[in-house]
Amino acid sequence: MTSAIPAKTTTASPAEAGPRLDAGRGNGTKTGRAPKQYSDRTRAERRLGWILAGPAFVIMLLVTLYPILQAIYESLFRFRLTAPDERAFIGLENYLVILSDPVWWSGLWTTVFITVVTVLVELVLGFALALVMHKALKSVRGLLRTAILVPYGIITVVSAFAWFYAFDINSGYVNSWFAWLPGIDENLNWFAQGGTALFVIMASEIWKTTPFISLLLLAGLAQVPDELSEAAKVDGATWWEQMRKVIIPNMKAAIMVAVLFRALDAFRIFDNVFIMTNGAYGTEVLSLLAYRQSISRLEIGLGSAVSVLLFLCVLLICFVAIKLFKVDLAGTQGGR
Amino acid sequence: MTNTSTRNKVLWAVATVLVLLYALFPVASILATSFKSPSDLTSGKFLPSSGTATTSNYEQILVGDAQGLFLSALRNSIGISLIATFIAVVLATLCAYAIARLDFPGKKLILTTALAVSIFPVISIVTPLFNLWRSIGLYDTWLGLIIPYLSLTLPISIWTLAAFFRQIPWELEQAAQVDGATTWQAFRKAIVPLALPGVFTTAIIAFFIAWNDFVYGISLTSTEAARPVPAALAFFTGASQFESPTGAISAAAIIVTIPVVLLVLLFQRQIVSGLTSGAVKG
Repeated sequence: MTSAIPAKTTTASPAEAGPRLDAGRGNGTKTGRAPKQYSDRTRAERRLGWILAGPAFVIMLLVTLYPILQAIYESLFRFRLTAPDERAFIGLENYLVILSDPVWWSGLWTTVFITVVTVLVELVLGFALALVMHKALKSVRGLLRTAILVPYGIITVVSAFAWFYAFDINSGYVNSWFAWLPGIDENLNWFAQGGTALFVIMASEIWKTTPFISLLLLAGLAQVPDELSEAAKVDGATWWEQMRKVIIPNMKAAIMVAVLFRALDAFRIFDNVFIMTNGAYGTEVLSLLAYRQSISRLEIGLGSAVSVLLFLCVLLICFVAIKLFKVDLAGTQGGR
Repeated sequence: MTNTSTRNKVLWAVATVLVLLYALFPVASILATSFKSPSDLTSGKFLPSSGTATTSNYEQILVGDAQGLFLSALRNSIGISLIATFIAVVLATLCAYAIARLDFPGKKLILTTALAVSIFPVISIVTPLFNLWRSIGLYDTWLGLIIPYLSLTLPISIWTLAAFFRQIPWELEQAAQVDGATTWQAFRKAIVPLALPGVFTTAIIAFFIAWNDFVYGISLTSTEAARPVPAALAFFTGASQFESPTGAISAAAIIVTIPVVLLVLLFQRQIVSGLTSGAVKG
């Protein structure tokens, strides 16, 4: 039944889809519906559209727009929950305090570092996994896709504990397994210094989220027309040339969307850091800084300012991605 | 010829094993840890030493002294995630139906809003909510988590369902009507069977996302009244200050992973199509 409408038509732009449905139904005599005045019908349809879509829309605004406005407002006050009487309007002073504090900048660089490294590694690893799944024999394809979904479904905190315990100086087995490598021995405490701690944090993050990128890339691979790579093969292109000249350019949209989504996600990293080091030894990321200010120290004013700054960073990433790399989210996502 | 195909087969076998190792090794690792006895935890070995494997960690969290902590967290997680998923899927179904089927101004606005909400840093929402929830009494309650969870589950549900619903040939409904069915019959018999798998898949994905939440869980709860599993795991400190809770946490981690693995095993195909159709194809 579904095959009557080829999947490709679903990528048709909404502008085409709308009128097409309209045309089918506007022709009342053919469909057996009571013929109505077109304008009446249009008005009724518009109203019904908003009645159905409105609740979801309003809730989305309530659960995000309201809190962010509140955060912007709170960030202009000196306000500590432990000393509510001292609440006072101080304008942008909280922002000045934060932006002149090295803690903010080291948090920012740590976050950027984690984001860049994990996204790059995930892109390469995810592409490799996607290629294996794409080309794998039919008999193991289902098995591979099931396995690859396991990390996606697992709680990040569980992943964090799994990696933490494996590397931990007390309960871990990694030290004894890799003692033959230079720099690793029984007494290496991975979580007592920034570099090695970040390594494990990023490994856990990469393990947990590569499957998502990989599935997006797999979908992108499936959309590259076979004839193109066949033609390239006939022309004597090597595997690498096929990849570089045919496959990758044709799935650029999928790659860009995957990278942007993962970058935004990595920039908000929290769970892994919280579990493994709680921000010690230079592993503090911006989310953790915001959490520490507001929830642990009850510095609502400062915490709100960090939250707003973090939000601005995310907006900036989106803006750069859309302007510089021309990621057409609406287009690739079939948006209207 | 046979030579290359044998070589190919070996290569593919190796690739398959590597992918399986990649996906499952950390799970195996925490599974092995969960069966270690306290004295064996520091052995530096992957598997429990022979003869010392024990289920005492599981007993501790299911019937032992950590029972109250873990089981209440499990109840909170299941309840809160299910309710948040249910609300999100119902609202998203109505919304996605309107987007796929009706012509009204503002569709693009709704989808853009959903996208914007999904990239919103959770921590930016949590600070003001923490403050607000404390003053209106929603702090440390189920509702106090269900509402913010909607910011996680609604956007992805709308995108995924809108993508699913666009693939439904709505003309079928008219065809059924031509054949004499009433509007409702036509909708129920022709459209609902096609839409249900998408709704179901969306529910699974939304549930995964709610189940995974950590930031809201640790920020907006303080007791067993509403603290969900991920937050409880992070704050679990063991029977005494000197006893590391490694084994108990590992056992708890395995228990909360089982439902996920079951869902993945059962609905692998649907989850893949749901994830990718929402994000790439549209």
